Amino acid sequence: MAVASQPQVATPSDPRREYAIYVRDLVKRYGELEAVAGISFEVGQGELFGFLGPNGAGKSTTINILCTLVKPTAGLAYVGGHDVVRERDAVRRQIGLVFQDQTLDGYLTAEQNLRLHAELYGMERDQIQPRMEEVLRMMELWERRRSLVNTFSGGMRRRLEIARGLLHSPRVLFLDEPTVGLDPQTRSSIWGYIRRLEEEEEITIFLTTHYMDEAEYCHRIAIVDHGRIVALDTPDRLKASVGKDRVQLSTADDQRAIAEIKERFGIEAVLAEGKVTLGVPHGEQFVPRLFSELGVGIQAISVSRPSLDDVFMAYTGRTIRDSEASAGDQLRQMAAVWRRR
Amino acid sequence: MSATAVRQPTPQVARVRVSGGGLRSELRAVKIVWYRELVRFSRDRLRILTSLVQPSLFLFILGTGLSTLSYHSHFHTSLRTLFYPGVLCMAVMFTAMFSAASIVWDREFGFLREMMVAPVKRSSLVLGKCLGGATVAGIQGLIVLLIACLVSVPYNPALIFEVLGIQLLLAFAITAFGVMVAARISQMQSFMAVTQMAIMPMFFISGALFPVSGLPTWLEVLNRLDPLTYAVDPMRRVVFAHLKLGTAERAAFGGGVTWWGFRVPTLLECGVVLALGLVMLVAAIVQFSRTE
Repeated sequence: MAVASQPQVATPSDPRREYAIYVRDLVKRYGELEAVAGISFEVGQGELFGFLGPNGAGKSTTINILCTLVKPTAGLAYVGGHDVVRERDAVRRQIGLVFQDQTLDGYLTAEQNLRLHAELYGMERDQIQPRMEEVLRMMELWERRRSLVNTFSGGMRRRLEIARGLLHSPRVLFLDEPTVGLDPQTRSSIWGYIRRLEEEEEITIFLTTHYMDEAEYCHRIAIVDHGRIVALDTPDRLKASVGKDRVQLSTADDQRAIAEIKERFGIEAVLAEGKVTLGVPHGEQFVPRLFSELGVGIQAISVSRPSLDDVFMAYTGRTIRDSEASAGDQLRQMAAVWRRR
Repeated sequence: MSATAVRQPTPQVARVRVSGGGLRSELRAVKIVWYRELVRFSRDRLRILTSLVQPSLFLFILGTGLSTLSYHSHFHTSLRTLFYPGVLCMAVMFTAMFSAASIVWDREFGFLREMMVAPVKRSSLVLGKCLGGATVAGIQGLIVLLIACLVSVPYNPALIFEVLGIQLLLAFAITAFGVMVAARISQMQSFMAVTQMAIMPMFFISGALFPVSGLPTWLEVLNRLDPLTYAVDPMRRVVFAHLKLGTAERAAFGGGVTWWGFRVPTLLECGVVLALGLVMLVAAIVQFSRTE
């Protein structure tokens, strides 16, 4: 049904124009720094697709390329059936954007911000008012439409940005870290809105996040690290692919514990988040053996079913929180590059 | 609102149509960017008031203070009146720079991105911004025009009309210059530093506060090279045409701007400002049209 309203699909057999997003061997270099190091993926119409990785993994750069703000160094990218480099304006008309940093004008009211967007996107005049009401009601901001955005809370601003991103009925909505910097309660309410719009609008959603729990809502996720996709599948299948429970323990001497675990059980344990961490097929059965055979005093122990955290760890050898710490420098470097533009 | 009929879940709602570009949508973009400048200006009551502070300092403090010196000259007209055309230009200049500075704010607060990803040409955004800055500066200029009676300048419709015309022209050129600078600068402090360095010398050299004939050669050369000179001089002609000046004042200010002895006509002077404004505008558009 979505296809019926797409006369611009030129050759029906062309996969580049059939997918909502089609990316091949995409590369972006900033001098020495390779922010995106050759990624390929495609996103189907109506899919909720997540890009998951630590800060500085290349998620924002990828979004910036897909939304035509940054030119790729090499590779192909099609969004909504159009080339992001050669058909820039056609792409822009098809996409809605919610950036990581807020991009509202605080000195205007909510309604004025939307009105400005409608004019910039050349919406038909008679459709602006009804559509504005629709998106504002969907994000439950209709009553506040005459308030200055400066008076809005962080969660309200984010909702207004989502409403604005939806205003011109884009075929693809990009959400770059839609919940970053929000408190847990607001985060879950934003997710409520995202899932609702997924049901109510005919739309493909591409989002980035570094919160593992949020990635679970996606139909499919790509795990990115150092500018590459290290895994891409549904959350369930990714978790199944790990196939191991995670055991974490605090000990009196972590280094000795790691050495002993390797010696006695032949399992490579690593230090992650300050704890000795290892993956084993049947966690509960393994714990008693640890107690009886390990020569190092165990202070605390926990066993958990595979989560996306473990998936990330399985594919990158680190937890996402540990990667954040080391990615800090890289991130600052990227910010400097962005600012210099 | 008449929109209640459409409040159905989306499947029934026709997909909103977005026009496929073209001149009409570019013009709408220009208009909305221009309109935003006006809305923001109207919200900023403080800015409207403070815009009177600097001109007043020059007119009433400097003008009155220096008149103890001019007391010994043959002038019959107050220095406040003689400064007035220059101050009219100054007011517009600083406001226009301030308008351009908001691009730097927009970048810092992220709003610039919302405009940059819109499916319109960057030239439309820049043009809207420059026109908006010019309009706002024109309004500020009108406010300074209001105090004309305090410096013995008559309220004359022709005078007001001509002054406003020159102010709009100058404001447009200065905003374009500011936008061009703002395209390359992402921090407010640096922007302020750069514009101060450009604006203050331009203001002083332009002869806003002194006659430009009979200057030492080095200053005369600088003065003729200063773009602002070509806004100050017509402004002075327009204002002085409506005043009864003594012979001493006429002798001092009568010379005006000359190129190798040729008295540059008002229209040509305005043409110089317009041409410079357009060059700045094109430069600003080129700067903003670059993507990585």
